[in-house]
Amino acid sequence: MPGVALLVFREVLEAALIVSIVCAATRGVPRRGMFVVGGIALGVAGALMVALGADFIGNLVGGAGRDIFNASVLLSAVLMIGWHVVWMSTHGRELSQQMRSVGGAVKAGSRSLMVLLGVVAIAVLREGSEIVLFLYGMSVGGIGVTELAIGIVLGIAAGGFMGYALYIGLLRIPLQHFFTATNVMLALLAAGLASTAAGFLVQSDLLPTWGSQVWNTSHLLSDDSLVGRTLGILIGYKAKPAGIQIVFYVAALMLLAAGVRWQQRQNRAS
Amino acid sequence: MRLSLLTAPLAVSIVLAFAGTVASAGNAAATNVPEYALVIKNHVYVPSELKVPADTKIRIRVTNEDATPEEFESTDFSRESVVMPNHSIVVYVGPLHAGTYGFFGDFHRDTAQGRLIVE
Repeated sequence: MPGVALLVFREVLEAALIVSIVCAATRGVPRRGMFVVGGIALGVAGALMVALGADFIGNLVGGAGRDIFNASVLLSAVLMIGWHVVWMSTHGRELSQQMRSVGGAVKAGSRSLMVLLGVVAIAVLREGSEIVLFLYGMSVGGIGVTELAIGIVLGIAAGGFMGYALYIGLLRIPLQHFFTATNVMLALLAAGLASTAAGFLVQSDLLPTWGSQVWNTSHLLSDDSLVGRTLGILIGYKAKPAGIQIVFYVAALMLLAAGVRWQQRQNRAS
Repeated sequence: MRLSLLTAPLAVSIVLAFAGTVASAGNAAATNVPEYALVIKNHVYVPSELKVPADTKIRIRVTNEDATPEEFESTDFSRESVVMPNHSIVVYVGPLHAGTYGFFGDFHRDTAQGRLIVE
């Protein structure tokens, strides 16, 4: 049972951190609770489908199917988050002004809601499909139902709590800096996901490594530790990044910065 | 813009799948990458130690002979890949410097442990 709770916790933690950042970033948008729940439901359904189709996905593209699938899912999330970051760079200020004046009711358009839905669904799908495969194995292995249930509940509760704690912490950021802060966090999250995607393509030899371990900080902070894992999601921390992962990380940040500058120029011109 | 949001995942997958097909077709030459085999049986890696050359890119073929899925994973050389029952996967690793690198099965960490001896 400790094994079940631990694995479920690790996967839920990663999804929960992403969900809480996206939730904070869409603060004040009406009906967003519905979209978060919808995203989680879509993600769970997707996770079950991915787990059921795991044999099929794995055999695609000469055996590289799973890595390509993982990279595609991650890069899609990067695109969605990136779009939101660029859009928020000019709308964040009006949002926080409106939030102060009308007490939270903001018409931020349905676009950020779609981003919210998409990113939440992707985060849950990715981590959820591993949980499903793991739990399937456990149940075939003859683990008791009670043991399984307690493990799942503990894991989800602990992971969910960490996400909730982050969310509460983010809400304490003063309103005038709030969307700038969440935008920076989203940018770092997206850059980290892009570098993780590169890692999947490296392991099926679809990308060169450009140095398989450019530096090694695992004696300071291991990827497998709780803090390492948390920072891995929040800022894309990797103890031993491949060169190509650093390139993806930096390129994602530079593209986002260019997008933000372009959007601000458009905004001034109009 | 909303359309592009929904089509983004699809477009990304198609591009990557295409690139993947082209790359794996062109990778017939990659047969000169030395291959090493691992078998997962009863949630244990056989062999539990692999000796591989330093500073050389290798690939590891992991075959799962159990009835349950496993995840071949290493924090030491940063790889993770699910291996379905009665399937095998190929994971490219390195080039790595000389040393000992652990790997494990994420779904059965208590028993599925192994080491890569790079020398």
